[in-house]
Amino acid sequence: MRLLVPPILSRRAALQGLSVSFAAAFAPRPLSAAGARDPRVVVIILRGALDGLTAVAPVGDPDYALLHGALALPAVGEHAGLPLDGFFALNPAMPVFARLYKEKRALVAHAVATNYRDRSHFDGQDVLESGYPGPNRIDSGWLNRAIALLPSAGGAPNRGAPERALGVGVTAPLVMRGPAPVLGWAPQGLPSAGDALAMRALDLYAHRDPALGAALQAGLDTEKIATQGGMSDDARKNKGGMDSPGGMRQAAAGAARLLAAPEGPRVAALAFDGWDTHQNEGAGTGQLANRLSGLDGAFEEFEKGLGERWKDTTIVAITEFGRTARINGTNGSDHGTGTVAFLAGGAVAGGRVVANWPGLKANQLYQGRDLAPTTDLRAILKGVLADQLGISAQALGEKVFPESAGVAPVQGLVQA
Amino acid sequence: MAPGPDPYAAMTAFNRFGLGAKPGDLALAASDPRGFLLEEIRAQGAGLIPVDGLSSTPQALQMFFAEQQQLRIARETAAAMAAPLAMANANASPTDAKAVDAKPADAKPKPQEPPVEQELLRAEAMARFNAHLKAGAGLVERLVAFWSNHFAVSVVKGPGLRATAGAFEREAIRPHVLGKFAELLIAVESHPAMIFYLDNQRSIGPGSNAGRFDGKGLNENLAREILELHTLGVDGGYAQPDVTALARIITGWSFAEAGGETGEPGAFLFKANWHEPGVHNLLGKNYPQTGRPQGEAALRDLARHPATARHVATKLARHFVADAPPPDLVDALAKVFRDSDGDLAAVSAALVTHDRAWSAPPTKIRDPNEFVIAAMRATGFTPNDPGQILGVMNSLGMPLWQPAGPNGYADTTAVWASSEQMKLRLDVSWQMAQRARDVGPPLGVLDTVCGLAASRETREALLHAESRPQALALLFMSPEFQRR
Repeated sequence: MRLLVPPILSRRAALQGLSVSFAAAFAPRPLSAAGARDPRVVVIILRGALDGLTAVAPVGDPDYALLHGALALPAVGEHAGLPLDGFFALNPAMPVFARLYKEKRALVAHAVATNYRDRSHFDGQDVLESGYPGPNRIDSGWLNRAIALLPSAGGAPNRGAPERALGVGVTAPLVMRGPAPVLGWAPQGLPSAGDALAMRALDLYAHRDPALGAALQAGLDTEKIATQGGMSDDARKNKGGMDSPGGMRQAAAGAARLLAAPEGPRVAALAFDGWDTHQNEGAGTGQLANRLSGLDGAFEEFEKGLGERWKDTTIVAITEFGRTARINGTNGSDHGTGTVAFLAGGAVAGGRVVANWPGLKANQLYQGRDLAPTTDLRAILKGVLADQLGISAQALGEKVFPESAGVAPVQGLVQA
Repeated sequence: MAPGPDPYAAMTAFNRFGLGAKPGDLALAASDPRGFLLEEIRAQGAGLIPVDGLSSTPQALQMFFAEQQQLRIARETAAAMAAPLAMANANASPTDAKAVDAKPADAKPKPQEPPVEQELLRAEAMARFNAHLKAGAGLVERLVAFWSNHFAVSVVKGPGLRATAGAFEREAIRPHVLGKFAELLIAVESHPAMIFYLDNQRSIGPGSNAGRFDGKGLNENLAREILELHTLGVDGGYAQPDVTALARIITGWSFAEAGGETGEPGAFLFKANWHEPGVHNLLGKNYPQTGRPQGEAALRDLARHPATARHVATKLARHFVADAPPPDLVDALAKVFRDSDGDLAAVSAALVTHDRAWSAPPTKIRDPNEFVIAAMRATGFTPNDPGQILGVMNSLGMPLWQPAGPNGYADTTAVWASSEQMKLRLDVSWQMAQRARDVGPPLGVLDTVCGLAASRETREALLHAESRPQALALLFMSPEFQRR
């Protein structure tokens, strides 16, 4: 099933009285526009399938409250959703994102999905992160291949380190693996081994194992940048796993420092876990809200830590698929299809929900169970990469997201 | 081929298939490395470990239930005494398993002693580490770790898993790593830890007595992972209706909770009135049985499905030999699996006697567990507290029994030889080298783990190191020690 985002659909949505916006232009942004700023791109993978209907609630949809049951955000009351545009409301665990939305520095894309239509987390994440149309292509990720397309010199001045890419975590997320060199960084509390040993190990690898040598060198370089960026000992101490609000915040704070460093990377990928809410999911409070508060905290840390560079930044938070529109037998939701993507950052042309709302009536649900996807997530991601990094639509359709030439980038997600 | 005293083959036996050589080990394997490994597979009681001081799953869960009950009473008492204070804390989310697990930052004072689930996990971890450290070649322990990762449960789920993850490995995995795959599969899927991890204790047949009474329904989490991860594999030829059918078939597979029910609390319990009645069709076959036997029949068929043979063969070859495993090796293992009706001793023997498994170059890198254990075996380190190893494994991104999801830890070189990982290994190597005492000259340790297979460059790097710890750390970082 291929989903396009033709402007005609937005008219239909508009007729339903929704606040929806779509870019109509399809001309790629000239490279000079990307060159004018020193862009930063952050991709946050939400592993486990985020329930888009509890994260960003279509409170204006007459079928929502009944269908999503105990997981539905109430329109009014103590833990009601934070109103976005009259139709959608944001989970109350995300006040920072709500403020950014008001400041027009954040937007939500709703009823989105990759082209993957089965419901396996791992295959879904493969497709989400690899950018290939099917699973089991786990050699490289779309973000890495996008970086590999950037001109190696002259494109951005003041860059000492060759690596533009940062993978946060003890292992880099798949989206960031591939041909372009990647720095790794993870919050940790180990005392550093010191240069003397490092030099000798590198020397041994130079003779016996260049691949391990290159990896170790890159790891050491990142540590250096992190230290130059003023990362304190406290910032290095582990604050929790990537499924806890503390861990998410800490990972974001560290990545922000590295991205803000003059010679640091420009593009980062993080992965937050724990979105697989099969039971006791909660709505405005509870398990999912707790994790959403971690994501919200991450947005805040990026805003704080990027400083001057925040105005050049676009953060996207995406997940492999959504969850069932109906509540399951254990006060949670099972694997589904359509869901949300969050965009935040000083460069985002925000203050709107980008959605061609499919409706929630039984015959409007995908296979009678899930929020139907009406926007191909790749169109959103392509829009961000085109506007932020100046990558051509052709390269996006062939190299970054192979076999996706028919999926046009959504224009205007980033400020001109 | 008659393997002679080949120094590389002896090292391969310990590195590729085992957990690294201890002092004197290489000589034991030198004359017949394959026979050395086969002997370990055939040893009486292979895979089992002493249970002294360890708790069975029902015992563990009963202790855990009792602790939860005490905490509940304490909480309620405190709430009754200070109702306004409790209101102020209403933001804490009791439904969040992690909140229970996390440090009680905003909870009220906790009992001084560590929670029972933490003690249970530490005892099980110590037993596992001891088995790893004492093993001969360590092949069977590697198989235990492999199957434990194949059938991954994770303490991320919450304290209930922390209490049972170790017992799960000991009770469901260890007795069957060299037995029939079908028995392993049934032991795993009927273990309370797996049932709890993948929510099957909450899955209710919509047409069952319980389902009709309170309108609750299926949770297809366990059924899906059985098909996708445990047996057929994601390309194994099943579709959504099969997931739903298997979910119905295993409704009622649960465990007894504390008090008020039939069955021993914390033990497997088939809840007949939760089971979806009727004949269910899985992969084109009808299952007319009733009760638990219906699920067992389905699992037995899944265990002998050719897609399962291929899935298991591919994973085994990928784990032990190469990220892109040699197709002829995979074919050979799958054939033995099919021909022997999933006899895992036969499959394991086929693996360690296949020429390809020895001739493939050492392109893989040890995972953090293998790396840390091998370093300790090489230097004769005996931990007196499991925290010493648990902490290092956390640092290296492979906390014990705590993968992010039911697909377990990654098993590819790219993941474990990343830049961040190599930097961490350098720091960990330095830490372990400083901690090592009385290990003698570092070149002696090199002889222990590599013998004549050590490269000239590695030998020289150790010779010219400026201190003993530095030499030892270089040994831990050397390609001979990292690669396998």
